[in-house]
Amino acid sequence: MATLGPSHYSPYPVAVYENILPPPPGKALLFTEVVDEEVAMREAAKAMLTRENPTIFPGPQVIYAWNEEAKEKAKLIRELAEVLEAKIIPMVDYRPKYPKIDPEKEINPNHPNLTIWHNNIKACIFVGVHCHYANVALKIIRAETDCFTIALCSNAGHEDAMITLRDQHADELRKFIDIAKEVKKEVK
Amino acid sequence: MQKLSEELKNRAGQKIVDPEYLLFEAPREKVFMTGSEVVKEAVKRASVDASVSYPITPQSEAAHLIGELWVEGYVGVYFRGESEFGVMSELAGCSMAGARTITTTSGPGTLRAMENFPMWAGSRLPIQLVLMARGINSPLSIQPDDLEVSFLLDTGCMVWYAENAQELFDMILAGFVVAEQPDVHVPVVNVINGFFISHTRESVMLPPDDIALPPYNPYKAPMPPIDMEMPPGRFLRDPFVMKSNYISYATHTSWQFEVRAAIERARPYIKKYLGSLIEEFGDPEAEIVLVSTGTGAAQAKEAVRLLEDEGVKAKVVKLRTIRPFPINELREAVKNAKVIFVPEFNVVGWLEREIRRYLYKHSDAEIIGGPRVAGGMTMPPEIIVKDVLNYLGKEVKHVY
Repeated sequence: MATLGPSHYSPYPVAVYENILPPPPGKALLFTEVVDEEVAMREAAKAMLTRENPTIFPGPQVIYAWNEEAKEKAKLIRELAEVLEAKIIPMVDYRPKYPKIDPEKEINPNHPNLTIWHNNIKACIFVGVHCHYANVALKIIRAETDCFTIALCSNAGHEDAMITLRDQHADELRKFIDIAKEVKKEVK
Repeated sequence: MQKLSEELKNRAGQKIVDPEYLLFEAPREKVFMTGSEVVKEAVKRASVDASVSYPITPQSEAAHLIGELWVEGYVGVYFRGESEFGVMSELAGCSMAGARTITTTSGPGTLRAMENFPMWAGSRLPIQLVLMARGINSPLSIQPDDLEVSFLLDTGCMVWYAENAQELFDMILAGFVVAEQPDVHVPVVNVINGFFISHTRESVMLPPDDIALPPYNPYKAPMPPIDMEMPPGRFLRDPFVMKSNYISYATHTSWQFEVRAAIERARPYIKKYLGSLIEEFGDPEAEIVLVSTGTGAAQAKEAVRLLEDEGVKAKVVKLRTIRPFPINELREAVKNAKVIFVPEFNVVGWLEREIRRYLYKHSDAEIIGGPRVAGGMTMPPEIIVKDVLNYLGKEVKHVY
């Protein structure tokens, strides 16, 4: 569980209350530190390649064929999963499921910890999840689990993730895949 | 330079330009107009898709003038709601469907619409409200009094406060730009003191009216920008608390924190588009500091000039934003203060409460909640001067 801090008695500490904001354009966030994108990508790859049950959680922006970019990113995420030897568990929508989700098959932003607990996931990547729901889920994961969270965001990033990369589109995903291949040679 | 293509035009045929160009680089001409007229001029340059109105003094004229913009083709949709509650609900629908929206209200209208403001924020809708603050019933007053602002502080909306018509013009345009950032994306309430700003003419510098902000891009929104009744939007955005009891309270907690976090993320954007969350006026090293907002800050500036004539050094710290609250900026600005006065236009002293909260254990200055006026009273600078001179034990030569 989370420790007490500026958010006081709530089990949900919020990074901005600790003066952590999303990274500026062109940069990434590694815990509390603003770093170059490549540094963050290397650390993200390392986390995924060295922790138990690494999993990618693709959201609606990449699992539905809204546009050409979504289709292209979906293919690249499959490739990334292969390189990182990660499972893919989709966040197909944002509705709460009654009585609860099947944690083998999906993750839901309203209780993302169920999927992480059930599958003993120690490192994960959020990609293609609408920012609000990613932020809601990342706060819960941060409070309820010891999972290392990585957010690949096409907008401004997510300060509640342990590593956040912003403005991530197809070109950046390709770059991440290349870096992941290099890191894999080093750690495997 | 304008970065966007000169080919791009909005529905009114205005050239779309970068917000930076519109706000900082475009040539400006001096005009003489009221705050209500300034609202029209800002909306005219903001590529607004929808506005809904309802009459209540003192904002009725501004709402009416936005309607004229619809007639002229600058605003996509405009109609009168059934009440302020209807207005704010209908704006939510427009915003969820991907429209840039704005409305205006005052006093009892604000309270009648109240349930909608946290709903806007919780639904991450970047709606803009221009709040022309007036008294709250009862007893009835249509006069300026900003008590209603205190009701809005914890709704999850950003709350900005303009001192004059110029600042209101710039804040309306900057408000859309900041509120629509994907990592912010919460409503923005731009407050002015009713009548003092809405009905008073002053000099305002305006950019040309053939240029406008880029249209809102709902596909960058942090939630799916689709009609909640239509799939796939409905699949993605059902209400959650009633559907699953399992951990739903935790979700609600995280959701509420996320809305407040979104306001905090606005800070760097506000600095970029407003310059700073505060403005300082007077002797930077002064030990007597007047912290205020809006018209209170304008009167405090006059008081600083009068105090200078008395040989007393003082300064004003004007808060441009209340949410997010300029915590670090205020602490830095009052670091030399021995005494802080908080002039306000309400009886409860909500600004004094905020200042005490954020300066607790960060300033040794004595904080004096006043002077305060309410119910439509004006605040002549002389009454601020009188309070300061009384505090210093000096002779009060001015009237009052």
